[in-house]
Amino acid sequence: MSSNAITIPGAQIEARPWVDELHQWLTTVDHKRLGILYILSALLFLVIGGVEALIIRIQLMHSHNNFVSPQVFNRLFTMHGTTMIFFVAMTMVFGFANYLVPLMIGARDMAFPRLNAFSFWLSFLGGLLLYCSFLGGSGLYGAGNAPDVGWWAYAPLGARAFSPGHSSDYWTLALLVSGFGSIGTAINIIATVLCMRCPGMKLSRMPLLVWLSLVMAGMVLITITPLSAAQIMLLIDRYLGGHFFDTQAGGSAVLWMHFFWIFGHPEVYILVIPAFAFLSEIIPVFSRKPIFGYPAMVAATVSIGLVSTSVWAHHMFTVGMNSYANSFFAITTMAVGVPTGIKIFNWIATMWGGRIQFKVPMLFCIGFLFQFLIAGLTGIMQGAAPFDWQLSLSYFVVAHFHYVIVGGILFAVFGAFYYWYPKMTGRMLSERLGKWHFWLFLIGFHLTFDVMHIPGLLGMPRRIYTYEPGRGWDTLNLLVTIGAFIQAIAILVFVANLIISYFNGAEAGNDPWDAWTLEWSIGSPPPAYNFAIVPTVASRRPLWDQKHPEDPDSRYD
Amino acid sequence: MSTIATPFPETWRLPYRGKVAMAGLIIAESAIFTIFVVAYLFYVGKSLSGPTPREVLEAPIFFTICLLSSSFTIHLAAKSLERGKRTAFQSLWLLTIVLGGLFLFGTGREWHRLIYEHGLTISTNLFGTTYYSLVGLHAFHVTAGLIMLAIVAVFTLAGRVGVEQSPRIDVLAMYWHFVDAVWVVVFTVVYILGR
Repeated sequence: MSSNAITIPGAQIEARPWVDELHQWLTTVDHKRLGILYILSALLFLVIGGVEALIIRIQLMHSHNNFVSPQVFNRLFTMHGTTMIFFVAMTMVFGFANYLVPLMIGARDMAFPRLNAFSFWLSFLGGLLLYCSFLGGSGLYGAGNAPDVGWWAYAPLGARAFSPGHSSDYWTLALLVSGFGSIGTAINIIATVLCMRCPGMKLSRMPLLVWLSLVMAGMVLITITPLSAAQIMLLIDRYLGGHFFDTQAGGSAVLWMHFFWIFGHPEVYILVIPAFAFLSEIIPVFSRKPIFGYPAMVAATVSIGLVSTSVWAHHMFTVGMNSYANSFFAITTMAVGVPTGIKIFNWIATMWGGRIQFKVPMLFCIGFLFQFLIAGLTGIMQGAAPFDWQLSLSYFVVAHFHYVIVGGILFAVFGAFYYWYPKMTGRMLSERLGKWHFWLFLIGFHLTFDVMHIPGLLGMPRRIYTYEPGRGWDTLNLLVTIGAFIQAIAILVFVANLIISYFNGAEAGNDPWDAWTLEWSIGSPPPAYNFAIVPTVASRRPLWDQKHPEDPDSRYD
Repeated sequence: MSTIATPFPETWRLPYRGKVAMAGLIIAESAIFTIFVVAYLFYVGKSLSGPTPREVLEAPIFFTICLLSSSFTIHLAAKSLERGKRTAFQSLWLLTIVLGGLFLFGTGREWHRLIYEHGLTISTNLFGTTYYSLVGLHAFHVTAGLIMLAIVAVFTLAGRVGVEQSPRIDVLAMYWHFVDAVWVVVFTVVYILGR
């Protein structure tokens, strides 16, 4: 395959001073650099949020532990949840979408490069603002620094009377600011996908990652915005004396719950749809077969997007809604399982009969398949309203959603790292360290989150800072903590791999995996202009067509 | 890089990115307004103290007509520009700004009356909180729209807006239509259903 780089004879490229290089990164509007910035900022916050999780686990290691005070414990789980959802997971999936979508559709850049940069800096600075609460959160009240109201900030905890000082304001403003960033990026992704495709890249020929990014962006538009609206209301309550969530003046605390979860549940799908996207690209390449059931995959994704906007109140079965509401939300919750099941069957059917290569990206994807299935099953358990009355607010719920987010989304993200790192840097990640990373993380993950279900079933509530001995929780919690540290070691191996391979990894070349989508047709890392000649595509696998002119997909298109 | 040498017909046309992006923004904004409208409707009649909407609200019919007709004038303005009639564009555009400005003045006058005659502020009761938030959110969008319209007006008067800017003007017109459509909802909710 010929490289598309334009070479100018006699051109001299000198190494720029590092200040220049830094300036270039800070002022860049290139989607590839912004994608990498998104990913780096997500990694930074992943480490911070991970350290918070480790402190939480040390505190819960045995009964009556005094590692941190109850106040600090409240701040830790609030900051851990907020950080991981908004500044790790969201940022990470936006980073990959930013990097990959234009490359996969043969575009020069996103539709609005400057909006792209603006959105990134809003998201990143929102994260920094959240952490500034450690400095300014106590205000003049001496009221405690970081927010400690939980990542839902249920009313009336978020009200002035119960949350004096500025800690909750930092939380509100950080989410509002990063929310605007998310909306900007979502608009950008939609405009890019619909308006920037290269000739021949019909909607029905787009790689699934592009389709799923489009659905994800559409969901961001209608689900992040309710959170922004609710945050504006909270600010009105806190600063202008409003009464939206003030029960003393007739306001409703339950309304906040509804508004929060109208955002909060679809948010899970905003995060998991990009994970589905990674699987849909990686599994075919390492099974050496095209994806099974492309139209069904697209249809399932769109219907997940639609149905998931009507399931939110399954987070609120214990609030005391009427039986019609309970039944409705139980049924819709079960219904989401159907399109999700279709996707899982399609991935398995893609692998079926394929020549599967167990490289590290594929290992993480296979891990995803098993773990996401179990996470979905425990989700169905809690979707049954009567059973949820028993499980709600217990460690079973914590185990369930960590199974989704860590066992599902994070595994897929790791797979994506191993798969696209060669494209982004030009170097392969070490397979040996990668296998260490995979197996250590797998063992740590299962030790932590399989075991965590049991104290939940035994009645251990979430968000408690300590517990009495003799309830049968001690050994289980110790195992959970040990698993958390094994995961932390695996993350260290991963970070070491990222750094070592950047300098010493094997040269990747254009197309190390013998893949079929357009990003592999150009150099690694791609030149600033992406494609020297605008590509033209005639099928879903343009690179297959190029490599196999005797049997192109376009013949069957 | 052409993968297969299939000559592509010249008919590869994609939608204009400005319009798609504005449609996206409108969807996002609609979701924000929906939440505020839901909060308004949820709290109708739940205030623990007065004043109530029935006592103090008067439907701003005239200013509503102003705002709704500005949708008409901006549409005509955009069409004129598309056909290259720059003078017609200029005058219709300025008329749109005047109509939008009148509406904003109407909102301001209503708020002044509510605050100074009836003592209704955002912290008085639930009605005050939801009313000022919803109407204020809309007024904020009108203000943002007027600023953008004014920027275009400055460029127009400087003679810098021609047919080639027509697609961009259409995008701004989309936003303005959205602001008007939201007012139809807000008007129905606040002045008809909510009283």
